[in-house]
Amino acid sequence: MFNYDQYLRITKFPLIWCPGCGDGIVLKSLVRAIDKLGLEKDSVCMVSGIGCASRLTGYVDFNTLHTTHGRAMTFATGVKMAKPDLHVIVITGDGDATAIGGNHYIHAARRNIDLTVILFNNHIYGMTGGQVSPTTPKGMLASTAPYGSMDHTFNISGLAQAAGASFVARASVHNGVQLENYIAKAIQNKGFSLVEAMSPCPTAYGRRNRLGAGVDMIEDLKRDAVPYSKAKKMTPEELEGKVVTGIFINEEHPECRSEYQKIIDRFQKEK
Amino acid sequence: MSEKSNGKARVITGNEACAEGALAAGMRFFAGYPITPSSEIAEVLSAKLPKYGGVFLQMEDELGSIGAIIGASLTGTKTMTATSGPGFSLMQENLGYAVMTEVPCVIVNVMRGGPSTGLPTLPSQGDVMQARWGTHGDHQIIALAPFSVRETFDLTVRAFNLAEKYRTPVILLMDEIIGHVNEKVYLPSEDEINVFDRIRPTGSLEEYLPYEHTKSRVPAMADFGSGYRYHVTGLAHDETGFPTNKASEINKLMDRLDQKISMNREDIIDFDEYMMEDAEIAILSYGSTARSSRHAVRLARENGINVGLMRLRTIWPFADEEIKKISEKVKLWIVVEMNRGQIAHEVEWAVAGKIPVFKVNRIDGDPINPLQILEKIKELANVQL
Ligand SMILES: Cc1ncc(C[n+]2csc(CCOP(=O)(O)OP(=O)(O)O)c2C)c(N)n1
Ligand code: SF4
Repeated sequence: MFNYDQYLRITKFPLIWCPGCGDGIVLKSLVRAIDKLGLEKDSVCMVSGIGCASRLTGYVDFNTLHTTHGRAMTFATGVKMAKPDLHVIVITGDGDATAIGGNHYIHAARRNIDLTVILFNNHIYGMTGGQVSPTTPKGMLASTAPYGSMDHTFNISGLAQAAGASFVARASVHNGVQLENYIAKAIQNKGFSLVEAMSPCPTAYGRRNRLGAGVDMIEDLKRDAVPYSKAKKMTPEELEGKVVTGIFINEEHPECRSEYQKIIDRFQKEK
Repeated sequence: MSEKSNGKARVITGNEACAEGALAAGMRFFAGYPITPSSEIAEVLSAKLPKYGGVFLQMEDELGSIGAIIGASLTGTKTMTATSGPGFSLMQENLGYAVMTEVPCVIVNVMRGGPSTGLPTLPSQGDVMQARWGTHGDHQIIALAPFSVRETFDLTVRAFNLAEKYRTPVILLMDEIIGHVNEKVYLPSEDEINVFDRIRPTGSLEEYLPYEHTKSRVPAMADFGSGYRYHVTGLAHDETGFPTNKASEINKLMDRLDQKISMNREDIIDFDEYMMEDAEIAILSYGSTARSSRHAVRLARENGINVGLMRLRTIWPFADEEIKKISEKVKLWIVVEMNRGQIAHEVEWAVAGKIPVFKVNRIDGDPINPLQILEKIKELANVQL
């Protein structure tokens, strides 16, 4: 059995997460990935915004920073630029990263700064009780979309890729091993890395949309998951309602902090 | 710090002096977003910081700028951002975060006319109350206001020292005139400057309480990555740093945050008295309007009127006790500021009706002229109160 306790702040339990919430599975995958890479606890800095997912930072034994709604990426940018030795991991939700924090998200990706972003996508604002999110699928109900969400949704992974991220992957909590592997790869990549983790929220999303309990929602994720290799051969119609999982991009290109170091070094040489 | 120094004479602006002061204080991380009339601070630092091994970052907006400097400060680096009115408005939420989480950093606001886009290139002192209460919730804040280029250098250094000493964000309130005026200055050399660094923990990780209720009210602050793993949150927290809903713990935190400033008000409050010994009329001013006020005092003295000037260098915490004391010796106050009387209101509060408080204000982007102040002095000198 994997010993999770060595990375957790057990005295801070019980978790605030509801029974059936997918976020705990992401937490476990994340901890296993860090263990697999053998990272020193002191060398990991975990930064989160505000939301259910973002509460994760309180439960893990690293340098942890629980910031303001939408701004985690900016605090993390400051940490990374000032202390590049730290492995900086951002924990965020779909609302946190793509609504209020959307601008920071695309700019962090554009800079290709060496942050590992674990974005928990549950299609809803969980913490505040189920308001519509930029990722709530069209027609689905939310407390502020009582007649169904009208808008197009963000393709979170596509957004990061278009903005300049060097590693982008999507996995779902029905496959914790894949999630763990992607997170490990994301941490290893030197540049902006995104792992979009599909995670069910039975309380604020499932119940209103009659999707059943957490386990039922995980079953749905399993049913709807399509590997990227297969998805490439499918039409948009065939992909309707599916969740494409896989690594979408994994190619190193110049990273923000390393590029800045070159400028610093230029002056050190002159001295 | 004396005005004269061994250094070479240079002609620089207030914005340049601010950048130089920050570097002298040990600032090694700056994040900002361009806005008139503060942009020169960023421009100077973008060129200089890498030479010091530091980092300059232009962020996507001011929300990001203040986020980045708080994050960087947690690694043990001295950090700063600079902005003006609209950008300062955007920073308010995270300013409160820095207060709550006790992260030292310096936020420069080169004030311009507002509200909204207002007067981008013209001076104002309209943000003094925003500096005090712009972020939500009960809190203390430190804000300083320089009145010359040399003093901008000195107060920037002081802003960092206070931020480090009291683990708090410090606001440097400049105004467009101070930011852009060119003056000949002698900047002090390194050994003439006192630099204070935050107290770091020395005990074991197990014993470390990042939000300890110490006697000084300022807990030791560990750098991220130095072996003291701890949690930082804007939620109300106990001494361990973890969220709490317990009334007793919340009261303890809120009292300590208040006391670390209020208990040390004498150390933080700083003002200058000019011709106050025999003054019957006292002017109170700060920043660039204090320059006009000083001129007006000289003109009034030539006219045989005994006027003096109390010039605030620390705006917040407010020098209310000191003002109360002076009120026993003078017969009235004239508060001169480029707003509708934001600080005048504080003076009225401090004086509590014992003597009258008059105002000289201007909000149209034109600086206050010494003659405008003189006129008020003459008018009041002849009034039987
Ligand atoms: C500036 C600001 N606006 C609004 C809120 C209220 N708020 C807290 S969490 C949240 C939404 C979180 O949704 P998401 O990021 O999807 O995370 P989840 O809770 O679903 O994990 C909102 C709107 C806030 N804390 N701060
Ligand atoms: S509200 Fe939803 S996202 Fe939040 S803890 Fe409960 S199940 Fe999880």
